[in-house]
Amino acid sequence: MILIHCPYCDETLPEAEFTYAGEAHVVRPDPSVSDETWRDFLYIRSNPKGPHAERWRHAHGCGRYFNAIRDTVSDRVLTTYKAGESKPVLPGDVK
Amino acid sequence: MVSQIDDAADAFILYDAAALAQWSSLARRSVRHGPTALTARAVMTHFSALELLKSAVTGDKHWTKQWPEAEPKEEYDVVIVGAGGHGLGAAHYLAKEHGITNVAVIDKGWLGGGNTGRNTTIIRSNYLYDESARLYDHAVDLWEGLSQDLNYNVMFSRRGVMMLAHTVHDVQSFKRHIHSNRLNGVDNRWVSKEEAKAICPPLNIRADARYPVLGAAWQGRAGTARHDAVAWGYARSASSRGVDIIQNCPVTAIRRGPDGAVSGVETAKGFIRARKVAVSAAGHTSVLMDTAGVRMPLESYPLQALVSEPVKPVFPCVVMSNTVHAYISQSDKGELVIGSGTDQYTSYSQRGGMALIEHTLAAIVEMFPQFSRMRMLRLWGGIVDVTPDRSPILGKTPVPNLYVNCGWGTGGFKATPGSAHVFAHTIATGEPHAINAPFTLERFTTGRLIDEAAAAAVAH
Repeated sequence: MILIHCPYCDETLPEAEFTYAGEAHVVRPDPSVSDETWRDFLYIRSNPKGPHAERWRHAHGCGRYFNAIRDTVSDRVLTTYKAGESKPVLPGDVK
Repeated sequence: MVSQIDDAADAFILYDAAALAQWSSLARRSVRHGPTALTARAVMTHFSALELLKSAVTGDKHWTKQWPEAEPKEEYDVVIVGAGGHGLGAAHYLAKEHGITNVAVIDKGWLGGGNTGRNTTIIRSNYLYDESARLYDHAVDLWEGLSQDLNYNVMFSRRGVMMLAHTVHDVQSFKRHIHSNRLNGVDNRWVSKEEAKAICPPLNIRADARYPVLGAAWQGRAGTARHDAVAWGYARSASSRGVDIIQNCPVTAIRRGPDGAVSGVETAKGFIRARKVAVSAAGHTSVLMDTAGVRMPLESYPLQALVSEPVKPVFPCVVMSNTVHAYISQSDKGELVIGSGTDQYTSYSQRGGMALIEHTLAAIVEMFPQFSRMRMLRLWGGIVDVTPDRSPILGKTPVPNLYVNCGWGTGGFKATPGSAHVFAHTIATGEPHAINAPFTLERFTTGRLIDEAAAAAVAH
């Protein structure tokens, strides 16, 4: 069970309160783009081994979506931030 | 049922012989490579009842190594990344059916230590769509003769798989599967709850259950196999035909030449040139393919399983339930083998959340109240690579001479021989076999998906 900090409720709570909602910052392109770009939007995810920006929903709390950066090797949540905020730079990130 | 259990007991004796040979090979790990390794290939013992008898009266002293340790050569015709059942199987079929023996199978850990050794060993082929039915049924066809083909007892046990229907929707969905399967020549039939109880006596079919059983789909041709033996059998066979199996040697990158085609792989033991590279790396596929500049429609999730303490034979078949979400069988050692669903988040940690296990065991106890006081011994996770349509990707890539077998998600073990067989064909000829032709990477661009996700027979 991982612990997640809801940036709206300002509380750190067990995973059971939250629903995972996939990779964050996936931007929907204009529908006139090529099939390849549309495929990338629909199906290609970064799936990194390491820090991963992802969406969570505080389903059994405030009900709001927010973003988290979680290390997919340790499963530890490194930071969380509100939806709409840009992805924070973490120590150790490649500039 | 009695005859099945007898079969299992017979199988266990032969398996013990294989295990003994395996252990004795471990004990003799200090044997040098090179010419010795070649000699070991030449004198590999053929397993038979006669050999077993001979060794029994001569103190079990003549068993040879099942496969020699190998150091990488500078160059291979084919390098397969990932020594699980699929990768080792592909090496076996490359050598046996296509005469390609200058092959290395490279793994970052020990062979069969990934998802091959972590699954719940269930084999079935009751998939909805024509493409899937052909692929998985091809595997079941090969499972039936695999022990003979490999001269290695993989303990394939046709004990049957039962998929429980708990709701009207389940009933309709399963009957649709059954009709589809029958049109495709795949064995699957509807059984009433009373028939289900007769097949599997521990099943609770009381109407007052929280999720009452309304009936079930029954594939009698399905069953289980000994997962480790599958990896060992393929390794032994491939190795005896000249394939190098290189363990504990992580592949860190795939290299491409100036023409864009594959040139080899970077490993912990240096660069290895290869004319063709075949990736069969399950959860780590997307990480590896990224190094070749190919982005994959994959996400990696933990999938957990657990086993109970061993008990006497109580459970004659495999039972799965999508609605309460658990699947269970009993191994020939006597442990209840229980599978769970994937955790909700992507991960490479090879472990998952305890909440999911609690949920799974609640479902098991609901269906089989007699197991409520069983103690669970071990719990583990494997990292499964999941595609958007829950069907595998098996074939060519945009990079010349780079092939990929991935995206099996939560159900790759059952497909092992079929997948390995058509993957070897694809690698050898450069073109997919008719069976794996629909399972391309391009389908995510064209939209021609094989969408087993929504109406799947699999527990997602």
